[in-house]
Amino acid sequence: MNEMSETREVREARLQGLGCKRKRVEDVRFTQGKGKYVDDLKLPGMLYGDFHRSPYGHARIKRIDTSKAKAVPGVLAVLTAEDLKPLKLDWMPTLAGDVQAVLAGDKVLFQNQEIAFIVATERYIAADAADLVEVEYEALPALVDPFKAMAEDAPILREDIKDKTTGAHGERKHPNHIFTWEIGDREATDLAFREAEVTIKELISYQRVHPCPLETCQSVASFDKIKGELTVWGTFQAPHVVRTVAAILSGIPEHKIHVIAPDIGGGFGNKVGVYPGYVCAIVASIVTGRPVKWVEDRIENLSTTAFARDYHMTAEIAATREGRVKALRVHVLADHGAFDACADPSKWPAGFFNIVTGSYDFPIAHVAVDGVYTNKAPGGVAYRCSFRVTEAAYCIERAMDILAHKLGIDPAEIRMRNFIRREQFPYHSALGWEYDSGDYHTALQKALDAVGYSALRAEQTARREAFRRGETREIMGIGIAFFTEIVGAGPAKNCDILGIAMFDSAEIRIHPTGAVIARMGTKSQGQGHETTYAQIIASELGIPADDVMIEEGNTDTAPYGLGTYGSRSTPTAGAATAMACRKIKAKAQMIAAHLLEVHHDDVEFDIDRFRVKGMPERFKTMKDIAWTAYSAPPPGLEPGLEAVNYYDPPNMTYPFGAYICVMDIDVDTGVAKIRRFYALDDCGTRINPMIIEGQVHGGLTEAFAIAMGQEIAYDEIGNVKGASFLDFFLPTAVETPKWETDFTVTPSPHHPIGAKGVGESPNVGGVPAFSNAVNDAFAFLGATHIQMPHDAWRLWQAAEALGAQG
Amino acid sequence: MIPGPFAYHRPQSLAEAVALFAAHPEDGRALAGGHSLIPMMKLRLATPEHLIDLGGIAALKGIRREGETWVIGATTTQAALIGHEALPAGLPIIGETARQIADPQIRYCGTLGGNVANGDPGNDMPALMMCLDAVYHLAGAKGERRVKARDFYLGAYVTALAAGEILTAIQIPAAPPGHGHAYEKLKRKIGDYATAAAAVMLTLEAGRIATCAIGLTNLAPTPLLAEAAAAMLIGETPDERAFAAAARAVEAIVAPTADGRGPVEYRTKMAGVMTRRALARAVARIGA
Ligand SMILES: Cc1cc2nc3c(=O)[nH]c(=O)nc-3n(C[C@H](O)[C@H](O)[C@H](O)COP(=O)(O)OP(=O)(O)OC[C@H]3O[C@@H](n4cnc5c(N)ncnc54)[C@H](O)[C@@H]3O)c2cc1C
Repeated sequence: MNEMSETREVREARLQGLGCKRKRVEDVRFTQGKGKYVDDLKLPGMLYGDFHRSPYGHARIKRIDTSKAKAVPGVLAVLTAEDLKPLKLDWMPTLAGDVQAVLAGDKVLFQNQEIAFIVATERYIAADAADLVEVEYEALPALVDPFKAMAEDAPILREDIKDKTTGAHGERKHPNHIFTWEIGDREATDLAFREAEVTIKELISYQRVHPCPLETCQSVASFDKIKGELTVWGTFQAPHVVRTVAAILSGIPEHKIHVIAPDIGGGFGNKVGVYPGYVCAIVASIVTGRPVKWVEDRIENLSTTAFARDYHMTAEIAATREGRVKALRVHVLADHGAFDACADPSKWPAGFFNIVTGSYDFPIAHVAVDGVYTNKAPGGVAYRCSFRVTEAAYCIERAMDILAHKLGIDPAEIRMRNFIRREQFPYHSALGWEYDSGDYHTALQKALDAVGYSALRAEQTARREAFRRGETREIMGIGIAFFTEIVGAGPAKNCDILGIAMFDSAEIRIHPTGAVIARMGTKSQGQGHETTYAQIIASELGIPADDVMIEEGNTDTAPYGLGTYGSRSTPTAGAATAMACRKIKAKAQMIAAHLLEVHHDDVEFDIDRFRVKGMPERFKTMKDIAWTAYSAPPPGLEPGLEAVNYYDPPNMTYPFGAYICVMDIDVDTGVAKIRRFYALDDCGTRINPMIIEGQVHGGLTEAFAIAMGQEIAYDEIGNVKGASFLDFFLPTAVETPKWETDFTVTPSPHHPIGAKGVGESPNVGGVPAFSNAVNDAFAFLGATHIQMPHDAWRLWQAAEALGAQG
Repeated sequence: MIPGPFAYHRPQSLAEAVALFAAHPEDGRALAGGHSLIPMMKLRLATPEHLIDLGGIAALKGIRREGETWVIGATTTQAALIGHEALPAGLPIIGETARQIADPQIRYCGTLGGNVANGDPGNDMPALMMCLDAVYHLAGAKGERRVKARDFYLGAYVTALAAGEILTAIQIPAAPPGHGHAYEKLKRKIGDYATAAAAVMLTLEAGRIATCAIGLTNLAPTPLLAEAAAAMLIGETPDERAFAAAARAVEAIVAPTADGRGPVEYRTKMAGVMTRRALARAVARIGA
């Protein structure tokens, strides 16, 4: 290799840095079945745990008899709430400031709630014995409708806290009430509504769904009695926080707890929280002195570990007759299930729902959220979205369409009229956020041009006439969603989890040969961190990405971080990575100057080297510099070449995008066919366009599933319906539409490399795009708002109700 | 989702299998492709103590022509029905239906015999077998007997199969020359059972419907043969008006349950829509 004669392009390309469509390095093992997941772990003497669960949604437990289960050969222990009580582990704190039963003692509050944990030498024996646990119940009336939760005669669910009139987030108005969270100017908003020329009001429900990662939640706990050390392998999106929680709960010193998150098969928020299975596996390992594995099955995953959404949003917009928005008022009834186990930053019981003003310049707004208990599984996690952001985006994007429809203004036009303008950034929203950057008009215009919007509208008009003449039984819908996300939680000033600020971290070590190992406090579950973090380092330090190894998930080796969810990895740990690189680069500059025998102000960085200013032939590559750092560091400088950075972001980042969906609905069957789906994303600086595209494809597929069919429903006595793949809509490649992706680039002004995060945008923007297309299709028949999910029978019913059935 | 304990047997001949069933009359259960039985065992809805795997018996596999009929061995896989060298041309509706069962992985394991013996109203082949007037060959300790598909289904998971009896083959009359056929299935996604499905076989004579049979899937505790609907079409001109009348007759006999696929009213209407579409497509195929 002749380093002198190579062009800059060749040197650049070798790095595979920012902007390179680098192939995912983790896929080498994943595509060959060589990933190492929790369930691949087999330790000598390992035992298996399984749960006996409640068939009731709400019942008093009169008696638990574990004698038959204990008598099964191979069963070593059967834990119940009675056994956990002396350890003070029968209840555990949740991330939302509530407590959750680890094992139900007096009462069960949702179907499939954990009652006994059976530990046996084989998985099969544990499952057989689980069936033999005998529980006597007194059935209680179940509360499944959140709108009835605060009725005077509603059954009281949480007897443990029924007399507490204040919870973690203030006053409780009813024993089934968790909190009221308010933000914005109520009086000014009310006044704006009183004076408004036009108003709309609609109950917009976002049904209960589940993140449904392909790998379910699981863990292996191993307690070493001699050393007093606990090792826990698990499907943890936030391993460091899990370790802190484990230390607080167990009393084992934090340094004697080793938490390891190996490869994870998807998380989507489902793997943020702490579940009874983890706690029971730990207790069982301490009790038996042997490693204990707990693996959820699919039904357990869908019916007990964290659900998402279940937000019932009454949205109102006040506007002028020309469609200029004047005020937004939203009330949310939030169904949190039996325990408040939402995974939100501590001070935000409704997450960042106050992003609900969306991409529009609302002068004034007010939001109130009431959280209530019901006899459903706990959770309320951010399923591939920042905290409650997809609910907010769905709410405002539906509401804007409803306003447009009422005023007879085109949905694209009403957005254009109300967008925050480019020159208004940084923009202070009426509900308290500071949007970092955006160029909404350009993005939407590009999207409209790309799909040929006006031709589509003309076609729709013609098809509606044909439908009215009885020539076709298909109706056509065009859905637009323009979303603004708030991700990258978050600044210590307003974001913490259990008191720990939501920074993140990177530790980068360059070895003598110039090869790099870097560790972060985040944890990939499929996002491709091993690929993209290496690209940031490649561009920052001029070392080929292939020479960089990324490691995450081991609390012994990785620096402390808050984990991966809410599209926070790039905004936080990605920033920490760039900042750590810059520390290293400063030292490298000193070394280069020393080697080149010039003052350090006289050298400059150039792709993969430092060179003497004005003399490009005099340079030292990063490889030369690394070797020198270990062999002959300049006098007065420490040997070695490494750095750590803990990054507290100054602000969130605000990715945005314009999505357009074109759909045809067969009114005779209610079957919707997605003809076209165009997604333009602006996530600031694009680290790896191929990974972005992959993330967008995956997120859109989830959005499609949510909008068009997913639902975790309960019947009136609290039985969970549809908690298996027979009913829970997980589209296959056959159902999944084809995706067209596009982009604009508006870098974040405060992020070191200008990146904003993209993992969740497609889920956030996708759901309203599909739903708006459905509603747009039916609008000419008189529909205002049709609730999700838009599965065939519901669309058929909608058509029937609108008189479209011949 | 872990099954309870069971013993596993793999007989090599029909006689050996019959003897095994005789030894375990109450708690023996045939295992074919396992793609209905094993999911039920995992949910512990089925807890057989003796699984008798028919996969080792060569005589139960294969497709052959016998006079004016097709004889299909019970353990012939659904994939083999699609891939056979002669059946798709001779009786195309079998392949068309098989393709709408689950996905390729399941069809490589799942068998025709298992699909029709299972007794689940959601299975697609039973209604087709009723439509085609197939005959099931059964063998047991008391010898062999034959039962028409049209007489086989008694209730959900209740069939004419006696305890310990094995379905050995399915015999289907060859299709008349120039026939029209269609299997129309509405489902939520690949791998789902029908919201409603209709199998149609018909012939035309001088522009009028001469023969017609209609089978219906997942619209009652058993598969249904829509006899009245088919009868009223005979002699009619095959047009939308006639098809709509037949659809109404179908809607009158179905009794679906409400489930994740939709409420009763919807599934009833879909029975009509699928029937109409199957009739139209069957007729169009003759024209083509
Ligand atoms: C995800 C999924 C989706 C599916 N979708 C569909 C679908 O859309 N349509 C559809 O029709 N099917 C569907 N199936 C079922 C599939 O077609 C099964 O393969 C079929 O129903 C049963 O055939 P099998 O060979 O697997 O039988 P098994 O599961 O082995 O047996 C089924 C039952 O029949 C009995 N049995 C089997 N063979 C004999 C015999 N020769 N004599 C006597 N009794 C016998 C068994 O004892 C058992 O009770 C689906 C299955 C899955 C897992």
